[in-house]
Amino acid sequence: MHEVKSIESIQSTNDFVIKFANVNGSGSASANQMFAKAMFRMGIPVSPKNIFPSNIQGLPTWFEVRVNEKGYLGSRGGVDIAVAMNPQSYFKDVDEILPGGYLLYDSTWKRNFNRKDITVIEIPLTQLCVEAFKNPKQRPLFKNIAYVGALSVLLDIEYEVLEKIISEQFVKKPALIEPNLKALDLGRNYVLENLPYPLGITVSRADKLEDKILISGNEAAGLGAVYGGATFCSWYPITPSTSLAEGYEKYAKKFRIENNTGKNLFASVQAEDELAAIGMAIGANWNGARGFTATSGPGISLMSEFLGLAYFAEIPLVLFNVQRGGPSTGMPTRTQQSDVLACAYASHGDTKHVVLFPSDPKECFDFSAQAFDLADQLQTPIFVVSDLDMGMNDWVCDKFKWDDEYKYNRGKVLNKEDLDEIENFGRYLDIDNDGICYRTYPGTHPEKGAFFTRGTSHDEYARYTEDGEVNAATLSRLMKKFRTASELVPEPVIEINGEDSCGVIFYGSTSPAVHEAKDILKEKEINIDLMQIRSFPFNLDVWEFIANHDRIYVVEQNRDSQMRTLIMAEGGISPEILRPLVHFTGDPIQASYIVNKISEREVNYKSHINAKKR
Amino acid sequence: MSFKKPINHHPKLETNKLGLTRRDYEGAVSTLCAGCGHDSISAAIIESCFKLNIEAYKVAKLSGIGCSSKAPAYFLEQSHGFNSVHGRMPSVATGANCANRDLMYLGVSGDGDSASIGLGQFVHAIRRQVDMVYFVENNGTYGLTKGQFSATNDLESKNKYGEDNLFKPIDLATMAIQLGATYVARSFSGDRDQLIPLIMGAMQHKGFALLDIISPCVTFNNHDSSTKSYDYIRDHNEAVGKTDFVPLGEEISTSYKEGSSTEISLHDGSKLALEKTDANFDPRDAGKALNFIREKEKEGKVLTGLLYINDLAKDLNETLNVTQTPLSQLQQDVLCPGSKILDEINQSLS
Repeated sequence: MHEVKSIESIQSTNDFVIKFANVNGSGSASANQMFAKAMFRMGIPVSPKNIFPSNIQGLPTWFEVRVNEKGYLGSRGGVDIAVAMNPQSYFKDVDEILPGGYLLYDSTWKRNFNRKDITVIEIPLTQLCVEAFKNPKQRPLFKNIAYVGALSVLLDIEYEVLEKIISEQFVKKPALIEPNLKALDLGRNYVLENLPYPLGITVSRADKLEDKILISGNEAAGLGAVYGGATFCSWYPITPSTSLAEGYEKYAKKFRIENNTGKNLFASVQAEDELAAIGMAIGANWNGARGFTATSGPGISLMSEFLGLAYFAEIPLVLFNVQRGGPSTGMPTRTQQSDVLACAYASHGDTKHVVLFPSDPKECFDFSAQAFDLADQLQTPIFVVSDLDMGMNDWVCDKFKWDDEYKYNRGKVLNKEDLDEIENFGRYLDIDNDGICYRTYPGTHPEKGAFFTRGTSHDEYARYTEDGEVNAATLSRLMKKFRTASELVPEPVIEINGEDSCGVIFYGSTSPAVHEAKDILKEKEINIDLMQIRSFPFNLDVWEFIANHDRIYVVEQNRDSQMRTLIMAEGGISPEILRPLVHFTGDPIQASYIVNKISEREVNYKSHINAKKR
Repeated sequence: MSFKKPINHHPKLETNKLGLTRRDYEGAVSTLCAGCGHDSISAAIIESCFKLNIEAYKVAKLSGIGCSSKAPAYFLEQSHGFNSVHGRMPSVATGANCANRDLMYLGVSGDGDSASIGLGQFVHAIRRQVDMVYFVENNGTYGLTKGQFSATNDLESKNKYGEDNLFKPIDLATMAIQLGATYVARSFSGDRDQLIPLIMGAMQHKGFALLDIISPCVTFNNHDSSTKSYDYIRDHNEAVGKTDFVPLGEEISTSYKEGSSTEISLHDGSKLALEKTDANFDPRDAGKALNFIREKEKEGKVLTGLLYINDLAKDLNETLNVTQTPLSQLQQDVLCPGSKILDEINQSLS
């Protein structure tokens, strides 16, 4: 029952954005994820993004899926197909559809949407489910599966792929397989019998994802912590980091059970607040276990005092910050990169922290495992800073790899035999002149190696001191250690694309949008050189890239261009060289936004240079 | 500053089963005020460790911030110590305890540290049943910042300048019983005979043991109108009974009168012998214990002694089903699932 089309419908294969509009708490997430997984299984690059309210039930929620065979997986903007299942948000949802796009809605209750430029697909989903399923509780859930079934015909999704996903999903509840398949067929058959198909937009098997997986950054980081040897996790529930601790527990419960006893080779404690969460992780690390905590912006504020203690008393710690929209409680379910400075300089007094910036789930896994080595090597807190977009959404990324030859580096820890050889142990003696001293775990030696860990000023033997010179020497040594850190942390990824190019610095989840923007700009004959910053402190490669460019756009998702500030402050870089390119609405940045900002300013720059030449 | 004590020992000093003298359990020279109750508590801890033949290096001493929190520097020099941040010792102790369940954990805190800034952490360490001895060196005042009231100070008690305390006190001991602490005692820093067996019992107890020890502040809260002064406590102290610690394998002394004594088994098989002064009191009945404390409170008495004990407690590590091997000692071969399992995980994600 297509309405009369006044303009050409969108025609494309493996390149579109579909947006599902649902009611929060209606069970739509698993159906929508099933759709995204089907794209992935057909070998087509896909990026699902859950856009959800800070609410459990009742408010509008969206699930946006970009399908792009070329592998551009940043947010694109515009909607080609809307699956509008929430009358509350019809107006906005229909408004977003691009001219020529498609609208699928539950026509049990008919509507007129006043859009002559789109194709409206009417399927009476509620009515179909009421007729097919007796249990009223199941009807709304199966309605979601039914629209996936309808889409499978409309877009030409391979039925076997969906069938397999359903059977995998309910492997532990096999009784649910049959009704889910029935719901799928309900949608399929309705389209087959009543509607023209396929649409102008279709999918077709591609082989783009051979070495790829689909996973969220949080689950990847949780798994990385298991691989990195973390035995202790303390955390306080906060969106969007909760699923990281849950990911750790999920994998630890699988792979960390003692053979004979069935006991846990790990401990995970849900703390009473973020202060306790970090306090426990510090206590565990002090005592020789690899411990971590996971939080988001408000948690960083609360943990700041303890972070200063761990920095000054030199206790290893891994802290994951999955950033959300700030300041204050801000936008808990939206994404930002606005904790860069809060992490780099967390706590009062002179403090600087090591920060790692993964840009996809693969790096979340790698950096998570690596962070535990770095923490032990450097005896200081290591931040792994991602964000909601990467943390909670499933991203396509490279498969995880692990080298079985690789041995954990527990850093400079003296055991009993070492202490037997030592005349005069001093916890804060910089024997190797790299700013990193030797530590002992409690309970190591009956007579040697005990010391008093304290946040008060201390001498090389960990004794309290009020001697200003001694304290200044400690602070200076900590800077030396920070310079040592710059040689150990992940180096930037640099891509040079031609002479006289402008530079672009980015980090974290803006990566897909930046790479897409690079290709679009190239078509406009604007070449950009890329530097993906992956850690703080910055190493020499970072400074060299900056020195080689006279104008650099710093792309980030915060208002104040915090990474730019950090670079300027740490390197004495002129503000004129580093140009902010910021986006802070809480939605992921889009390639088109970056393209517009850079091309506008590059055109100005070039006409300015030409004018000078004349 | 911390100053080391001279290491010369008198050749005839008494030694324990480990061949150690009391001096071996000492720490740096105290920098607290002369006469501070906290120093008496440190001395009682030293005595208890000496008597129990404790290997000091298997003890971890943790504290927050304040006069009391300085104390761990003044005992057990061979133990690792951790002077953390204000009110947050319980969380550090919790994490440390999970990392290595083989050590003994002594947490030293004060009334400001535990009843004000750290009340939340105090409560949750009890709720989780962290296996530790938690000392509150309770003087009702903020000593390091020069004499402000703390939250354990009694209503209308006066400070050094004669000003009234306007708020009712928080009683950490009754609170701990209500929260499910499994060993709760109150004592007085000036009563060494009562204090030492209570500390020894706490050290052998499995689970969270609270020792709320009234420890007068000689500088700011030891005047006539204070309810936490030496004189006041000596006049108003009422002990629930005489407690004696009986090490493993020793008979309980016959000096206890038949019918008046209770015998309580501790974790390692040693016993606490409790001579009751009142038939209504039973330290294994939380409800009765709370009522008795309140009754005495109404009479203007501070009840001391072992107030509550539950010797069947399950500690945090047991609740979390954590392996007996300290987590800190687990090696990569059991921690890292390896590449083969990772390949399977990859498979499940594609």
